[in-house]
Amino acid sequence: MSRSTVRTGDTKKVSSDLFALTYGSLVSQMLKDSDNPEEVNKQLDRMGYNIGLRLVEDFLAKTSTPRCLDFKDVAEKLQTAFKMYAGINPSVVNWSSSSDEFSLILDNNPLIEYVELPDHLSNLKYCNIIPGIIRGALEMVQIEVTAWFVQDYLKGDSTTELRVKFIKKLEEALPPGED
Amino acid sequence: RTSVYRYDVEKIPKMVIYSVLIVSKSGGLIYHHDYCSVDTEIEKTFGFPLDLKLEYSNQRITVTFGQRDGIKVGYALISINGEDISGRKLGEKDVLDEILNNEENYPINLKYCINFCRRISKFLFRFGIPKLTTNEKIVLASMFHSMYAIAALQVYSPKNKDGSKSKSSSSGIEVLETDNFRLHCYQTLTGIKFIVICDVLSLASGKDALLRKVYELYSDYALKNPFYSLEMPIRCELFDSNLQSLIEQHEKVTVSVM
Repeated sequence: MSRSTVRTGDTKKVSSDLFALTYGSLVSQMLKDSDNPEEVNKQLDRMGYNIGLRLVEDFLAKTSTPRCLDFKDVAEKLQTAFKMYAGINPSVVNWSSSSDEFSLILDNNPLIEYVELPDHLSNLKYCNIIPGIIRGALEMVQIEVTAWFVQDYLKGDSTTELRVKFIKKLEEALPPGED
Repeated sequence: RTSVYRYDVEKIPKMVIYSVLIVSKSGGLIYHHDYCSVDTEIEKTFGFPLDLKLEYSNQRITVTFGQRDGIKVGYALISINGEDISGRKLGEKDVLDEILNNEENYPINLKYCINFCRRISKFLFRFGIPKLTTNEKIVLASMFHSMYAIAALQVYSPKNKDGSKSKSSSSGIEVLETDNFRLHCYQTLTGIKFIVICDVLSLASGKDALLRKVYELYSDYALKNPFYSLEMPIRCELFDSNLQSLIEQHEKVTVSVM
């Protein structure tokens, strides 16, 4: 079986620097296009959502993960996904008492490797593409969530904390034969 | 009467996978490709009157009765004297009414028909298994989509040994087997169905792995293509060629195992 013709399963490794710089140029271009950081936040979220819709298929195809039956599963799968796509292993903390909310602590986030936020951009959520990706990806597996940053390293917090909240299961979108 | 059997050695299926289909979450056919068509085509010369019963249905002239010499019921008439038939017409003429049956029923046309028959005293017919049109494939795909859903209804839910109920509903159709082919279906968590149609002899065990690999290719070459929009038919050359080589590779492996 020659691996050269069909490359399946081997995730190609790219430099995280290249990734960080590409993302940086994307954000700076968006800031050039629109002066309003709020607008950029919204755009990043929307882009992330569209990435998530597609990225989830890649994740499922490469990991053959079963359906998540509780939110703890979801947290675990998100950890795996961060490992696969960003090369970091975020810790899951701060579970709410009803276990429908948790936080991901993103240390060593490759996106912010060389970044310092200028003062006039204090409204900008630099990494806002990540919550969008999570929302889009989980929506494709019929789980509706919201995700947002509660702490941001770029804004002087000691770490980056991403909060994920379960909203509901999208029953009407559940394909038959998957229970 | 002479009969000509066309049995091209090149056309005998070597590959065991006939088709790959992808059905979207909403039941639309977003990809289909035939890798090996079993086209058994048979040519035979007939005089008048015809000893086959032909009927027009589903835009094709098909044999309904009188199976003989390898021409089977269900075969469609493809051409007469090397001229292809489209629908029920051969050129300008209606095949069933004007060419085949007219001689007895409409004496007014007899002369014409005799002339016609004299000119070409015998008809050389070509029959074959009718090919599915794209429309028919779309219909079949959405039909399978609903059958899959019906199979997944919670009808039988046996209890496990410890008294607990097993899964509350079954999965959909994973394998569908007939005399001539076997259909394997894999549904992803996001609701896309990957369907592989293969012959019955090929090993069933390798098919799950194959379906998963097709899924990987889909996620790599269709979804990462920025010009592909979700739920729309997949027209990506890279996907086509990678799928093709995956299938070929799979054939080799299967053959060496067998």
